[in-house]
Amino acid sequence: MDKKQTILVTGAGGATAKKVITQLQGEYNIIAVDFRRQIKLGKDIPSYLVDINKRGFEDIFRNHDIDGVIHLGRLGTHGSNKKSRRSRYNTNVLGTQRLLERCRKYSVKQVLIMSTFFVYGADAYNPALLDEDTPLKAAELTLDLVDSVELENLANIYLYKYPELNITILRPCHIAGPGIRNSMSALLSSKKAPVLAGFSPMMQFIHVDDVAEATAAAYRGNKPGIYNLAPDDYVAYQDALVASGCKRRYLPSVPPLLPATISKVMGSRAFPSYLINYFKYPVVIDGRLFKDTFGFEPKRGFKDIFSYYRKQKELLK
Amino acid sequence: MSAILSLLKNTFVSKDVEKQINKIKKPVGSFGYDAWGYNTDFHKVGMGMFKFLYNDYFRVQTYGIENVPADGRVLLIPNHSGQLPLDGVLIGFAMAKREKSPRATRAMIERFFPTVPYLGNLLNSVGAVIGDPANCARMLDNDEAVIVFPEGVRGSGKMYEQRYQLQRFGNGFMHLAMQHNTPIIPVGVVGCEETMPAIYNIKPLAKALGVPYIPVTTPVPLPAKVSLHFGKPMYFDKAETEEEVTAHTEKVKDASRVLINEGLAKRESVY
Repeated sequence: MDKKQTILVTGAGGATAKKVITQLQGEYNIIAVDFRRQIKLGKDIPSYLVDINKRGFEDIFRNHDIDGVIHLGRLGTHGSNKKSRRSRYNTNVLGTQRLLERCRKYSVKQVLIMSTFFVYGADAYNPALLDEDTPLKAAELTLDLVDSVELENLANIYLYKYPELNITILRPCHIAGPGIRNSMSALLSSKKAPVLAGFSPMMQFIHVDDVAEATAAAYRGNKPGIYNLAPDDYVAYQDALVASGCKRRYLPSVPPLLPATISKVMGSRAFPSYLINYFKYPVVIDGRLFKDTFGFEPKRGFKDIFSYYRKQKELLK
Repeated sequence: MSAILSLLKNTFVSKDVEKQINKIKKPVGSFGYDAWGYNTDFHKVGMGMFKFLYNDYFRVQTYGIENVPADGRVLLIPNHSGQLPLDGVLIGFAMAKREKSPRATRAMIERFFPTVPYLGNLLNSVGAVIGDPANCARMLDNDEAVIVFPEGVRGSGKMYEQRYQLQRFGNGFMHLAMQHNTPIIPVGVVGCEETMPAIYNIKPLAKALGVPYIPVTTPVPLPAKVSLHFGKPMYFDKAETEEEVTAHTEKVKDASRVLINEGLAKRESVY
């Protein structure tokens, strides 16, 4: 008899999810779901292309005895997943609510949700080392991050209202490295990246392999709660660009409307107008709780991360 | 290290400055930064560039600097004056150049500084941090030496006719000292009042620009002689009520006043 637990992984087409699956494969039965494309992960891993908001999604729960869910299928604001604000709200907030309701209905015992540090919001008055109890200000600063904050609020409600779901929420800093297609990775990959003249906020980066290992550790550990995921290391944005082999394109930073307007005119997905403040003010998070709870520390440093982008550029020369 | 920083370092950082800053025990990350943006190389450049102003322009003298512990958390509480945060920079310089057990100090600065291009990052890189109690608490937990100006802009932005009249001290630093079991060193700063004597505050313009004040004063700081007087460590038991906290704060204010008066009595000339 197979005693292995079964985990449903959403957003299975993403680089992080693939690495998470590699971490947990063998130890658990994996079921992969992606909302955008059919993913092939080998004959041992059933894979579904289904919209989280469609009825067909529930069939996966009916047909498999699912013990846990790792929800990585959050629509970002960059790259091929770029959708309208409404569409992202539908997938990220309403879709997650449907997922959590399925989890309740089919007695899923554990849920891990990947959020983002963007929820804290980039504010000039932010202290450094924001801990998990810090109020989430992103929605107040830009409507384009409302879905991220609402997803967190929803997860929080379920975390306390339905403790049997054992919900863990991770808030990683900038994820970077091979296969990552978020806005920061696009900037580090570019030959010339925009910067705001006179501003170079402190940032934190975590390698995608470390995120995968941390996610696996958090799932195995099963200690419900909210956790920042970040190294105990910091670097200024412009230094990160230089270390990644990027040249800097300076944009005027004052008056504040000017860089936002330029960004809109440029139509840059990697440097969108609503994220301008993240390139101006630091959002430095405190990753101690995760480290202390799960005994995990990132193995790859900033230099490993930036050298990847530098080498990529050298290969393209 | 960027090309500009490298150039500045080669130009301004002497071997002595390099050696002195290397003596400071300050944990930083793989790129030389801490979480608040302090950077070891910028600190060296700052020291190198400011050396002339400290030694030759303001001719700074220190008294009782050995009262600041060699390590462990400590709050330095000076009077605030002179329109610009020169007093914080001079205290930071004095602590970093201290022969025995030099320390990197962290000055709590006004919240609008991070919104000013270049200046915000520059101040952070040499150790300044926005004056948020959460920042101060974390630094004390990290056993840092933190400079807090309890008068805030009430002190720095006051007119020349109010010189050496201590303004109201906020209680925030005292709460932090009690919560984090931290000794307080009062510091009397003499001379900064005369660096930029202000005769008028253009309030409507300050409001329009979103800054605390726009003084009518000299275009550049004047070369006043500055002396820094460090008091003995003060320890306070936890207070039950805000009234008791205010009473503790007043004791620090009184100690500052004594140090300032001693400094004024010792002073032979203003410039």
